[in-house]
Parts: sequence; structure tokens; C-alpha cells
Amino acid sequence: MLQIKGATKTFFPNTANEVKALQNVSVSIKEGSFTCIIGTNGSGKSTLLNAVAGTFLLDNGSVILDGHNLTRSPEHKRASLIGRVFQNPFAGTAAEMSIAENLAIAMKRGQSRSLRQALSRKSRTEMADKVATLKMGLEDRLDNPIGTLSGGQRQALTLLMATWVRPKLLLLDEHTAALDPKSAAKIAELTSQIIKTEKLTALMVTHSMQQSVDMPDRIIMMHKGKIVEDYSDERKHRVRIPDLMSAFDRIRKRELFDETVAEMVMGQYV
Amino acid sequence: MNMVIGAFTMGLILSLLSLGMLISFRMIRFTDITVDGSITLGASVTAVLIMQGYSPLTALLISVLGGILAGAVTGILHTLFKIPQILSGILVMTALYSVNLRVMGRSNIPLLDVKNISDFADKNLQALVGSTNLELLSWQLSVWDLAVFTSSSVVCILVGILLWRFLLTHFGTALRAAGDNPQMVKAQGVNHQVMVIFSLALANGLVALSGSLLAQYQGFADVQMGIGMMVWGLASIIIGEALVRRAGIGVAIIGVVLGTILFRLLIAIALRWGLNPNDLKLVTAAFVFMALVAPDGVRKVFNKLFGERRHAAN
Repeated sequence: MLQIKGATKTFFPNTANEVKALQNVSVSIKEGSFTCIIGTNGSGKSTLLNAVAGTFLLDNGSVILDGHNLTRSPEHKRASLIGRVFQNPFAGTAAEMSIAENLAIAMKRGQSRSLRQALSRKSRTEMADKVATLKMGLEDRLDNPIGTLSGGQRQALTLLMATWVRPKLLLLDEHTAALDPKSAAKIAELTSQIIKTEKLTALMVTHSMQQSVDMPDRIIMMHKGKIVEDYSDERKHRVRIPDLMSAFDRIRKRELFDETVAEMVMGQYV
Repeated sequence: MNMVIGAFTMGLILSLLSLGMLISFRMIRFTDITVDGSITLGASVTAVLIMQGYSPLTALLISVLGGILAGAVTGILHTLFKIPQILSGILVMTALYSVNLRVMGRSNIPLLDVKNISDFADKNLQALVGSTNLELLSWQLSVWDLAVFTSSSVVCILVGILLWRFLLTHFGTALRAAGDNPQMVKAQGVNHQVMVIFSLALANGLVALSGSLLAQYQGFADVQMGIGMMVWGLASIIIGEALVRRAGIGVAIIGVVLGTILFRLLIAIALRWGLNPNDLKLVTAAFVFMALVAPDGVRKVFNKLFGERRHAAN
């Protein structure tokens, strides 16, 4: 479904602030699978997600989704295939516009936007029905500005909006990280539920070890712009939080050495 | 009474400019100073075309096209060439000064004894009244003033309704969201850059329409006439918002029109009370400054003056 090949991205090249965010990353994601990317801060996990979303273009490598080569396409063109939920709960919705208007925009994701009226009685009923499934009582507040809702409510709506038109790929960028624990749990549950019932292909970045063990069926661990671990199938089912922690520890210890020394010593002792 | 009719007519004509700025300044959130140049462009193109014998309607439409072009250039400078908003507008505004001089061939064209967009209304009203003057509640009123007022109202209502319907379409909704949250619309598959260019083109098209009507009403086009127009538009929008508060699109549009008329009335009253016309722009700038710094303060003053308005959330 999704093939990333040799993805390389360096931010601020040839300056003191040079960051090698992605170093020749290749990964392939199967249709209908739910993959989670974990890693330390600055490991390149969000960068990888943004490379797929098209926030920036890769220096090298390619992104192919469902047979479409997206490597050079701009962000808005990729939106016809990709649904996104951001870390910032305010990023996915237009605050001053009503819930209904936001949903109307999502109903046309990646399609041409005509000069027909955006809100009809029919679309309102459809919206109310679908919003009611969130069980947040928002179906009676369709005309309220979305900015008056809580972060959790907005994130739930963003999730609904990202999946309203069925995306080939759902990208979730630490989408529960900025929420209070209760809302975060609710959004995580909602995410799993939508992905399961709609049989979506999803790629999620998370900081939460618990989520990475509970929710997806594959875990990719990144460090310094490279994929360092890949738990899938049977290995994923067995993996527990302590295993992930020790994997992180191993990587950190390796870092104590100079890279060349590490290679040498690793050969002898590991 | 003539003063009131004049202020109303002026307000209606300039409300087209304010409506344009409602799109650029409030919706796509672009501080667009192209306005100062494109209103003059509308006026100068209209003046030249009418002087050359074209029909006022043709002149009007070509003026609007000119404004659309000017706005699109500002949008392209900002989106494609990454020039900051204000600077893109300043560049186009400055360039338009020369363009306007070129169009007119001199700095000023009087429009006396030529065809006018309000001729039709004038003829019909004269037929209705039977003379060129009208007595209304013991006020002397020239039919011509009434005709201009009528045709301005028609244009204004027409533009207002079209704009209202447009902003509620799928495209218009996406346009409003593009100003509110660029990241969100990109994720929803909207080309944000195209939206900015389109909005500025539409906004400046309306501004040029306003300029075209203004030239025909005033009876001249002058290369300097656009100076400070953007700030006047801002003041009108702020007054309009204070009148209707945050509300739906339709009400916001009505608010901007009312705000512009009220602003013109206030100016007319201030001038009659002896305000030096030279101080007008200083006073307006000070007003906009206060409104930007203390929007709540200004709203409170307005609420005191015009009664507490219900907070309309929808």
C-alpha cells in the first residue's frame, strides 16, 4: 500500500544547525495494517510522517501510495489519498467556523469544491448522525463555532473529518499527546474503533509506550533518522513495554561510544 | 438632507470597497494595501473609457477586470515569490500609481456631461416625479442625487447577495477556512496559494468596482484619490463589526455596509462641525489604531451608544 524508499531529508544543510532528519529510510506498509512509529525526540518519526503527508519534499528517495507516486506532489494534492490528525488539537479545524462548516469542508476532502451551497438539510442530517456516534452531544451544537469546544472534542471531530471521505492512508501525529489523560484515552479508543470498523491503513506516531503496545499491529522504532527496530506479526504480539524500554536503552548505550568505535566493539562483544 | 443623501450614497459606493476588504483582511487575513492603488485604477479606467465613448457599464466591467488583475498580482507576489504581505501590496500599489497615470495620460480627468451609470435611474425617476427636483418632507432634493443613490443601492444589494451566496458555497467555505487555518485546508486538499490569489483578485475587483462608481458619482478621476482608502475601509469594517458583533456571513455583510454608511455619516457630520478636511486621515488613522489596540473598549462604547446587542453565535 505505502512504500517509502530511501527517504533522505536534511534540514538546514551545510550550517551549524544541520539536522539529518531522515537517513535513507525504507519501509513498506501493508493495506489494512495499523503501524505505530516510536522513538526519542528528534528521532525523525514525525519527519517521516510529514514526508508522507507532503509538508516538505524529500532530498532523496520516493513515496508511493496505492500506486501513486507522491514524491513530488504538493501537500494539498496528497490530501485526496491521505487523512491527517495533528498533535495540536487546534490544527485540524477552523476555529471561527461552525462544526457543520468544518465538516462540510471535510466532506469534500481532495475533491473539487463547487459553487453549490455547502450546507443542505440533507448534509446536516448526515452530519448529525455521524457526529452522534462520538457520543459527545455535539450533534445538537452543529452551528456553534468549533473554537468553543474542548481540545478533546476538537480532536474527535478532526478524526471524524480525516476519515469522512475514506482515506487510503490515515496519518496520526501524536494526536493524543496534547490532551488530558481522560480525553487522550477516549481519542485513542475512538481511533482504534474507526480504524477497525472502516478497515483503514494507518500510520501513527506516538510518545506513549502503552499506546504503541495496545493499539497497532506493527511497531517501528526510529533513532537519529533511521529505523532501528521493526516489530511485526508474532514479534509484535509478544512485545511488552519493558522490551521496548530495553531496546531504547541498548540504543542509548551504543551512543556513548563514538560511531566507529561502537561498530568495532559491537562486533566483538554483542 | 442633501448631506445625508450624499453620505449614504458615498457610504454605499465605498461599502463595495469595504466588502472587498472583508474578504482580504478578515477572511483570507491578508493586510492588502493594493486597495489604495486599485480603487484609483477602477476610477481611471472608467474615466478614460467613458470619455472615449464606451458605455458606463462596459467601463465598469473593464475596471473590475483591472482590479482583479491587480489583486492577483499581489497574491502571486506573496505566494509564488514569498514576498511578505504588506510589501507585496506596497509594490503593486506603487506600480499602480504609474499605471494609473499612464491610463489617464495626466493626473486628473473630469467627467462632466458624459454618460453615467445612473442615467437610467435618473430618466425613470424624472419621468416618475415630473421634474428635476423633488420635495420630500419639505426638503429640497435633486432627482439626480436620488438616482445615484438608487443605482448605488442596486449595485450594492446585488453584490451583497452574490457575495453572501458565494461565501456559503463549498468553494466559499473553503476560502474562509483557508484564512482561519492554512494547515487544516491543506490537509483537506485545498490549494492555499490559489485561495489567497483568488481572494485578493476578488477583493480588488470589488475595490475597483467601488472606484468606478466613485469616479462617476464624484464626476472625476484623480491619481491621488486612493490615498488612505485602505484605512477608511478598515475603519468601516471595524464599525460594522461593532454594530453586528460576530455573526453569520449574511449579517456580517450587512454590518460592513452599514458600518461604511455610518462612517461616511460621521465624517459628514464632523466636517460640518468644522473638522479641517486635512485632518481627516489623521483622525481616521487614530480611530483605527484605537480600535485595533482596544477592540473591546471600542465595542463597549458602541454598545453604550447603540444599545447592547445580543451575542449572536450563529
